[in-house]
Amino acid sequence: MSGAAGAAQKAEAISDELVAEHGISPDEYAVLLKELGREPTITELGIFSVMWSEHCSYKSSRVWLKTLPTTGPHVIFGPGENAGVVDLGDGLAAVFKMESHNHPSYIEPYQGAGTGVGGIMRDVFTMGARPVANMNALRFGAPEHAKTRHLVAGVVSGIGDYGNCMGVPTVGGETNFDARYNENILVNAMCVGLIDANRIFTSAAKGVGLPVVYVGSKTGRDGIHGATMASAEFDEASEEKRPTVQVGDPFTEKLLLEACLELMAEDAIVGIQDMGAAGLTSSSVEMADKGGVGLMLDLDHVPTRETAMTAYEMLLSESQERMLMVLKPGVEPIAERIFTKWELDFAVIGKTTDTGHLVVRHGGEEKADIPLAALAHAAPMYERPWVPKPKQETIAPSDVPAPDSILGALEPLMGSPHLSSRRWIYEQYDHMVMNDTVQRPGGDAAVVRVHGTEKGLAISCDVTPRYCSADPHEGAKQAVAECWRNLTATGAKPLAITDCLNFGNPERPEIMGEFVGAVQGMAEACNALDFPVVSGNVSLYNETNGVGIPPTPAVGGIGLIDNIDDMTGIALKSDGDFLLMLGEQTGHLGQSTYMQVMLDRLEGAPPPVDLNAEQRTGDLVRTLINDGAVLAVHDVSDGGLLVAVAEMALAGGKGVALEAGPDNIPAHAAWFGEDQGRYVVAVSPGKAEAVFRAGADANVPVGALGTIGGDTITLPGEDALPLATLRAAHEAWLPDFMAQG
Amino acid sequence: MKASVIVFPGSNCDRDAAVVLKSVMGHAPAMVWHGDSELPKSDLIVLPGGFSYGDYLRSGAMAAHSPVMREVVSRARAGTPVLGICNGFQVLTEAGLLPGVLMRNATLRFICKDVLLKVERNDTGFARHYQEGEVVRFPVANKDGSYFADDATLDRLEGENRVAFRYCDASGAVTADANTNGSCRNIAGIYNKTGTVLGLMPHPERLADAALSGTDGTKMFASLVEAIH
Repeated sequence: MSGAAGAAQKAEAISDELVAEHGISPDEYAVLLKELGREPTITELGIFSVMWSEHCSYKSSRVWLKTLPTTGPHVIFGPGENAGVVDLGDGLAAVFKMESHNHPSYIEPYQGAGTGVGGIMRDVFTMGARPVANMNALRFGAPEHAKTRHLVAGVVSGIGDYGNCMGVPTVGGETNFDARYNENILVNAMCVGLIDANRIFTSAAKGVGLPVVYVGSKTGRDGIHGATMASAEFDEASEEKRPTVQVGDPFTEKLLLEACLELMAEDAIVGIQDMGAAGLTSSSVEMADKGGVGLMLDLDHVPTRETAMTAYEMLLSESQERMLMVLKPGVEPIAERIFTKWELDFAVIGKTTDTGHLVVRHGGEEKADIPLAALAHAAPMYERPWVPKPKQETIAPSDVPAPDSILGALEPLMGSPHLSSRRWIYEQYDHMVMNDTVQRPGGDAAVVRVHGTEKGLAISCDVTPRYCSADPHEGAKQAVAECWRNLTATGAKPLAITDCLNFGNPERPEIMGEFVGAVQGMAEACNALDFPVVSGNVSLYNETNGVGIPPTPAVGGIGLIDNIDDMTGIALKSDGDFLLMLGEQTGHLGQSTYMQVMLDRLEGAPPPVDLNAEQRTGDLVRTLINDGAVLAVHDVSDGGLLVAVAEMALAGGKGVALEAGPDNIPAHAAWFGEDQGRYVVAVSPGKAEAVFRAGADANVPVGALGTIGGDTITLPGEDALPLATLRAAHEAWLPDFMAQG
Repeated sequence: MKASVIVFPGSNCDRDAAVVLKSVMGHAPAMVWHGDSELPKSDLIVLPGGFSYGDYLRSGAMAAHSPVMREVVSRARAGTPVLGICNGFQVLTEAGLLPGVLMRNATLRFICKDVLLKVERNDTGFARHYQEGEVVRFPVANKDGSYFADDATLDRLEGENRVAFRYCDASGAVTADANTNGSCRNIAGIYNKTGTVLGLMPHPERLADAALSGTDGTKMFASLVEAIH
């Protein structure tokens, strides 16, 4: 039991200490008193504390989030619903969102990560969609840190066990290691669902006198004040917060999914909302506020799994796998039959009213009576002071030492924690269930077939924290651009993104400056690339003892492939084909993986993103894919050009004879520089000329890299690097690391 | 041909099995809810993969006591072909239709990847389209996939030629390296005495579609269609 909940058992008067324990500042408490017109009860204080928490109210971020582009011709629902919805044509739509579960995953990695996955899937099926793919973006501390191995093992198995049991494929993601995440790992989970565009469910509880129904698991004391925990920094005492971490039951969630979809096929539901952060409180406030009604809840009817739970505890519990719905009058028997079939609890716990208030009764007493507007709209909103991050100098390639040999450097790079294969992770995820995963993990983007059609949905999660740390604006631009590029590399037309904005303590102006810079950079890239933000989440206070994480605005994007027969992957296919590079090259080594791994330095400005060139190059690549002119495509990202080539070679099991790089750029900068907006493509010899011509027409530089064949990678003047050696290095690091200790 | 797919609470490969059955049979199978005590007339019964009852207690243990399983067991004993895939294999062992048990993988982790299997015999209704000794590629996706039985049982299974598939390398060699989950004698699937009940951990239904990078699984379903007709 948390300290606040403990106090709730005995305290009558609301002391200053109690208010502070609830994370409510004196100024905020003054607003609360004014809105309520009296002193709150302890139950009411609890309700305000979660609704006004950073996690639920976005009080530090809202002013900036409003500046992101959120509309577009194919956007059906932007931010504000449980998840974003975009049109896929032919009456189908995709529902998707990404959300963080950072704080719980550090405290209890298995349950924290698993319930993060469970929560994001509920957001998607609450809208009536069947989840078809999960992804995740994970940031761990340095490999050397004592806790990293334990956290990786727990998070990966928590994500796997939850998604695997649900029968929803986890099709990819990304994982970084960086000492700045030592005490604050990030677990961002994304879910994509498919829905009939004419049958989208929302949370609005429109209509008075309608039954409010609780379904799913019983309510326990787990997760009380989870939202408040996610709105504060960590300190040495944080591990004592383990009881605030929720416990997941994916089997119940699978039943809940099937039962909800079965009920949604009937004409029975007015509004539906999952109980996520701040549980029953936030779901009921959300439904009533959106429906423009009041709500009366009688907690005596709430199914509980522990005895003597107070109103305070029931309202703030974050027990998982629960839903709240408002039904049409008279359909309770249909709903009850379906939920009984799936062996889930079902209870009518209240009704909609015309009072405009949230009224809560328990044990015959009124425990709360709050005007809904006070909870939903009077929440504080801050324009936090911020200072922009100073820009770093661009490092000239000639100022970065070269390795003894280029291919000699490739092997340690590919075997480093940063670029090594993530197979150890994704083989613990069922990435094939549902039989529509047409591109498995390991490529640029995963692709799932739109069930029963020829269409494909490409999905990718991206951000490069070291770039964002050096320059939040340019780094966030890069995150959006890289996601767009990864989708493009499969042949998909990028549609929209969801985001998960992970930052430190926004009350510090330099952290707020990182946040502002990142949002501005994202907005710039989203606008330029017609790639709107349709859903997302903000996670602040990722900080321990005053040390924050690198700014980490993770971007999850989806794109549409009209016919999966035209899709491309990264694997090289045929001997004798040519390898070409599309895009501009300058040899930018600042903030590169080469400097990080080979020189143990992370310095300089990150590579800039020219959004015009990005769009030009990407549009050309997509056209070439659709025309069947290119056979394999890979974007150039972490590690630069040679790493991209090596990944294509390993994926296809084919070697490459590379030509010498350009004369005007030092070799190590050409091969390991991380200039943006580039793709490597494989073409048959007969099509190469056409690709050069198309590049010239589109004002996109095209350069010859080499010829496919053999079982080594070769460069003039260097010893050949056997693929087998490279593969061994690439595959070894993560399993070896996890096997230690 | 009429096929039935049994759906337990927590089954999650039921749709995948149904899609493949429809593609080879030309019509959809019946989806039979575990709580039903009636089972339609069926030429083939499929117990699909998934996490019936969340794998609580033991994988497959609770599903084996579902009302419909009494009828499944009696039809199996009367000769109706029964195919148990992954969790379905676990249910078959728990229901006593096949010997042995599926234990936690040797790695203690969930494993999802393609594996190579050696077809041990092709004289059954499930395998007539394969060659004996052929190497096929099916995916596995399980945490409790390590086949275990005592030596006497294993000797009996081998003596009665009841091993259906073994984990092998690309040349068909049955090696320790190929045995990623630590199964006894590399066993991936077994038959009952009459060769009419097959349980296997790998998923033939997951590579039975050219868009999914392989079709080795198709032959099992095509074999069944041909055998039953």
